[in-house]
Amino acid sequence: MAVSPSTMAAVRASGAIPQSEYLLNVENIRKEFPGVLALDNVQFRLKRGTVHALMGENGAGKSTLMKILAGIYIPDQGEVHLKGLPIRLKSPLDALENGIAMIHQELNLMPFMTVAENIWIRREPKNGFGFVDHGKMYDMTAELFERLNIKLDPESQVRDLSVANRQMVEIAKAVSYESDVLIMDEPTSALTEREVAHLFEIIRSLREQGIGIVYITHKMNELFEIADEFSVFRDGRYIGTHLSTDVTRDDIIKMMVGREITQMFPKEEVPIGDVVLSVKDLSLKNVFHNVSFDVRAGEILGVAGLVGSGRSNVAETIFGVTPATSGTIEIKGEVVKMTSPTQAISHGMAFITEDRKETGCLLILDVLENMQIAVLQDRFVKYGFVQEKGITAACTKMSETLRVKTPNMEERVENLSGGNQQKVLIGRWLLTNPKILILDEPTRGIDVGAKAEIHRLVSQLAKQGVAVIMISSEMPEVLGMSDRVMVMHEGRVTGFLDRAEATQVKVMELASK
Amino acid sequence: MTSEQVTAKATTPALGRKHRRRMPPEVNILLVLIGIALVFEILGWIFAGQSFLMNVQRLRIIILQVSVIGIIAVGVTQVIITGGIDLSSGSVVGMTAMIAASFAQASTWARPVYPALTDLPFFIPIGIGLGIGLLAGIINGWLIAYTKIPPFIATLGMMVSARGIAKWYTKGSPVSGLTDQFNFIGTSIWPVVVFLVVALVFHIALRYTRYGKFTYAIGANVQAARVSGINVEKHLIKVYAIAGLLAGLAGIVTAARAQTAQAGMGVNYELDAIAAAVIGGTSLAGGVGRITGTVIGAIILGIMISGFTFLRVDAYYQEIIKGVIIVAAVIVDVYRQKKRKV
Ligand SMILES: Nc1ncnc2c1ncn2[C@@H]1O[C@H](COP(=O)(O)OP(=O)(O)OP(=O)(O)O)[C@@H](O)[C@H]1O
Ligand SMILES: [Mg+2]
Repeated sequence: MAVSPSTMAAVRASGAIPQSEYLLNVENIRKEFPGVLALDNVQFRLKRGTVHALMGENGAGKSTLMKILAGIYIPDQGEVHLKGLPIRLKSPLDALENGIAMIHQELNLMPFMTVAENIWIRREPKNGFGFVDHGKMYDMTAELFERLNIKLDPESQVRDLSVANRQMVEIAKAVSYESDVLIMDEPTSALTEREVAHLFEIIRSLREQGIGIVYITHKMNELFEIADEFSVFRDGRYIGTHLSTDVTRDDIIKMMVGREITQMFPKEEVPIGDVVLSVKDLSLKNVFHNVSFDVRAGEILGVAGLVGSGRSNVAETIFGVTPATSGTIEIKGEVVKMTSPTQAISHGMAFITEDRKETGCLLILDVLENMQIAVLQDRFVKYGFVQEKGITAACTKMSETLRVKTPNMEERVENLSGGNQQKVLIGRWLLTNPKILILDEPTRGIDVGAKAEIHRLVSQLAKQGVAVIMISSEMPEVLGMSDRVMVMHEGRVTGFLDRAEATQVKVMELASK
Repeated sequence: MTSEQVTAKATTPALGRKHRRRMPPEVNILLVLIGIALVFEILGWIFAGQSFLMNVQRLRIIILQVSVIGIIAVGVTQVIITGGIDLSSGSVVGMTAMIAASFAQASTWARPVYPALTDLPFFIPIGIGLGIGLLAGIINGWLIAYTKIPPFIATLGMMVSARGIAKWYTKGSPVSGLTDQFNFIGTSIWPVVVFLVVALVFHIALRYTRYGKFTYAIGANVQAARVSGINVEKHLIKVYAIAGLLAGLAGIVTAARAQTAQAGMGVNYELDAIAAAVIGGTSLAGGVGRITGTVIGAIILGIMISGFTFLRVDAYYQEIIKGVIIVAAVIVDVYRQKKRKV
């Protein structure tokens, strides 16, 4: 096992260490935020060489507990024992020095720095003059990537990487600390199957080295695949810990939600109408080429593909974020110019983007301000004045429909849990009553119950004649919701599959050919 | 209201429906203002043997001085909310003062700038002044929105150029002999009235209009604002144009108050305006700020300057102390940002 240059190491060397079964033992933790009791006397135990999953609905307190272990929040009450010794973590640095590293739910890389600089930030190798030794840093990164089998150039700028590749960089960075405890907060929410498999390989090898891994996820199949045991939280309370071999899917959902969820993909058969959006030979230089497809009223077009296949880029181009270099976009048979999101919205489009921190949330503004911003383009405004009453009522209703967990509408969005932020963004776009709805990883970070709810909403919209394009890396979601699946590979469309013929195997075949 | 409570109740059972209302951030700043005023009052009795506050003449000078800075600060606040900065407002004051005054000269004056254009009705110089300020703002906004140069650089360029124009305009000589009609706006407490109207209009604009919501959204996250359909370029031009217009208005008021215009008018006003905004709680990181805070911030600055003069603090010290206050306000802002991020 890697020895971290930590205070714990010093204690261990002194021989005064009681052998403990648990790497981490947390008891009676309480954490209150203004208006929210995020954790109410919870406990948590992590064994050496195991993967321990944390499950629970959005806002259950999972990230808060992990942030306490990573030294970001100080608990109001409770004890943390690390390898049998009580410890008070005062800062993220403190936690790292004690061998606890964390991959956060939201990406935290500096976009204008290189991959290598991001990984070794604040611990850059120095040369004889005290300057950063870039050559050595490059080698260290290459070595790390080699070990983890990651194929990225250490010199590339982070802003040029896809969200999935950024996530892989975050993972490499966390591993590079050689910690004893590695916390992963929804690491796969932006990854496709292939990278997930890759990540699991990494996790397994870390587990063999005796590292304890905490793994937060909303994806049930991952739990059975990778976790040895799991703990469930609900509304800030600890519900229980079990071995993952002891339970069924339904058991876990019941523990998480406190009720049963009957139907996971409430897809409704609806009559498919006329073509609403037609894309012909659309290209963006060096990114994607000759993409053509139609979407009809009431149809849900799923878009599958691996990371880097250009799915999100196509969506951005259709929405006018990055205008096309060639090709045409037709809406209801008319060729339209799409050079800005403002235009796209005026044509009845809505676009829920993949990266909620970069292109979604107005983090320092409140729930109401976040939800209303898109709909204010053409509704709820009279003579330039916002009709506060109407918009507040509409947003409040939307946030109830989506069951956004927030103390009130004036809460800053940065204080919401990741899944609840996502719900706010979905609400923002549903309020605009779109005719064409583009969803890029719409249920990223959303819990099972809410996921079913969102799928039901999307189905309902389709029923009302909305044309839906849904990019998703989650195979069950694509297969369960789509009328047709378009598959992309390296910037080209490799095929379409009808609902009846679409299977996981066929999609994967097209995605990797 | 009721529905909100239901949400809170349904989702945070542990705390029931404890409903937290945010205290307006202005309350803190107002307390600082009162504190500072009281300190000067006490020091006044100790060192000068008289009251600081109970002096109508002094209060009048304070509010008049605050008005000009305040008008500028209302525009600058909006710029800072978008995440930008405007360094040009002081120079724009000088430029518009000169140009507006040159169209406001009386025929009785010996050497008017435009001998054929004297005794014009007041709205002509005022209109021209506002137009010049607006134009300067539009240029700022256009540069920032379309060439993507940082606001700091764009407005620094305008700061230097506008001051240059002010000096070049009459080759340095002042413009005097202004009509009574024009001077009227600078007499009595009219500058204060102008300031309060401007503050009220933009307080309402920021809080209750779409313009305001978009301004905050851009400051909070430009990319998200753009994807949400806001025409960011157009909006930035609007915001900088308003800041320019208000700087122009401040230039007119300044000339009218002095009943003459000089190329050096408004030097360092941009710094006072930025300071007023920041002291009033506007965050240099963007997305946060209110006009009410800025008004209080401007009054705090005014009271301090007047207070130091009253206590006969050397003018050099005054400037040094002012610099310290500005830096302190920014430190408080940075600290607030940090605390938020925890
Ligand atoms: N800094 C904060 N200030 C105020 N409230 C907060 C803060 N951080 C978290 N909360 C609240 O604490 C509760 C728990 O949040 P947490 O992020 O731990 O949820 P989570 O279980 O990770 O959910 P998700 O699955 O959506 O990521 C939420 O109701 C959230 O709104
Ligand atoms: Mg979370």
